[in-house]
Amino acid sequence: MSAIGCGRTADNLVIATTTSTYDSGLMAAILPDFEAQHGVRVDLISVGTGEALRLGQAGDADVVLVHAREREDQFMAEGHGIDRRDVMCNDFVIVGPTSDPAQIMGEIDAADALTQIATAEANFFSRGDDSGTHIREMALWEAAGIVPSGDWYNSIGQGMGATLTLANEREAYALVDRGTYLKRDDLDLTVVVEGDARLLNAYGVMMVNPAAHDIDQEAAAQFIDWLVSAATQAKINAYTVNGRPLFRTDCGF
Amino acid sequence: MVEYSAIAEIVGRTLYVSGVAVLIAAVIGIPIGAWLGLRRKKSSRWLSALVYTGMGFPPVVIGLAVYLLLSRQGVFGWLNWLLTPAAMITAQAILAIPLIIGITMSTVRDVDPELHLQLKSLGATNRQIGRTILYEARSGVLLSLVAGFGAAISEVGAVMMVGGNIDGRTRVLTTAIVLETRQGNFDTALTLGVILLLAAFVINLTAVLAQRNV
Repeated sequence: MSAIGCGRTADNLVIATTTSTYDSGLMAAILPDFEAQHGVRVDLISVGTGEALRLGQAGDADVVLVHAREREDQFMAEGHGIDRRDVMCNDFVIVGPTSDPAQIMGEIDAADALTQIATAEANFFSRGDDSGTHIREMALWEAAGIVPSGDWYNSIGQGMGATLTLANEREAYALVDRGTYLKRDDLDLTVVVEGDARLLNAYGVMMVNPAAHDIDQEAAAQFIDWLVSAATQAKINAYTVNGRPLFRTDCGF
Repeated sequence: MVEYSAIAEIVGRTLYVSGVAVLIAAVIGIPIGAWLGLRRKKSSRWLSALVYTGMGFPPVVIGLAVYLLLSRQGVFGWLNWLLTPAAMITAQAILAIPLIIGITMSTVRDVDPELHLQLKSLGATNRQIGRTILYEARSGVLLSLVAGFGAAISEVGAVMMVGGNIDGRTRVLTTAIVLETRQGNFDTALTLGVILLLAAFVINLTAVLAQRNV
């Protein structure tokens, strides 16, 4: 990779990842180990899945770590990425106020829960930003046969953190990855729906296609190998926040 | 990616929010600016320094303050304004007030001091003096409104925080541009950017034309 050509320093590996891996503190916990082992400095760009894939497609990142399988497959099929590997997973949950205006506490079918939210016209906050979480939310609405709109549906086009903050402020429901939710201790929101198979949240890593862009292929390959190595996978499983594990690697990939 | 009607709606909301904000800021800022401009006491320097500091106040700090005041736990939480245009108007008005005060103050100061003495010798009341001097300084006052509007309409951080960029309710041109750019919809982002520039240009042009006529 030419330092002058693309304005990046040759030593820095640019990883475009999702806000969930960043906000949950996972990357900060495991990355120093990689940087020390390989003498590579990592620039972490924390954005939504859609934006991360676009950064990769434009050659503005060397590696993408995202969570929207269909988009990942499309990214690979269009020749933007190579060497896709499954990394880890956690799950999405629907959080809401303890008053539970839509009466969905304990519901196990996520689509049914959304139907009840829509019927009750209970406030719902959506990422609305083409992120992995937003893509999953839209798939669930589709499964429920609902096109969400109305005063109760708030599409804010912001990150997971902002969405949780505003949902909390408005005592509203939201779809969130469990890791980001657990990391926050300022929220009055509680988990109301969990456990639906459609709420599985799987992460994949891909190298930006070196045939298409001038990327740091060596460091990118090192990173991907390191991320799926037994030692790092063990660290991912061992990472906890407030004593609770956030990600696991036995996802039945 | 955004339909024509959605863009029109965003433009309308943008003009409404910033327009109302500047109106409120004018009602508060012009009298204070005129009063400060007419005072010729030593302590005025302190006030001037305060006003000039306010003119450079980071909008994002205004956003934070307004957010905290209007949040559920905040002093004004009962208003239920957070994440509504009212919150955005509040933030933009607070942003514009020091600009309007500052520019009004300095143009009123620049009005010939002789006029002040003449009016006084003619037996004019303080209120009459103020009104006459403000009239003499009218082009500067107009400039203060244009500057306030420009600051308000181009602000992004504070309105994102207190308005929430909610589609169909609190999304304005600046926050829409951020969202569209992030999503890689550069065409839409550019279109919105050009509209924002055009809106600012039309307002400035109107002000310049009005200045020639006053």
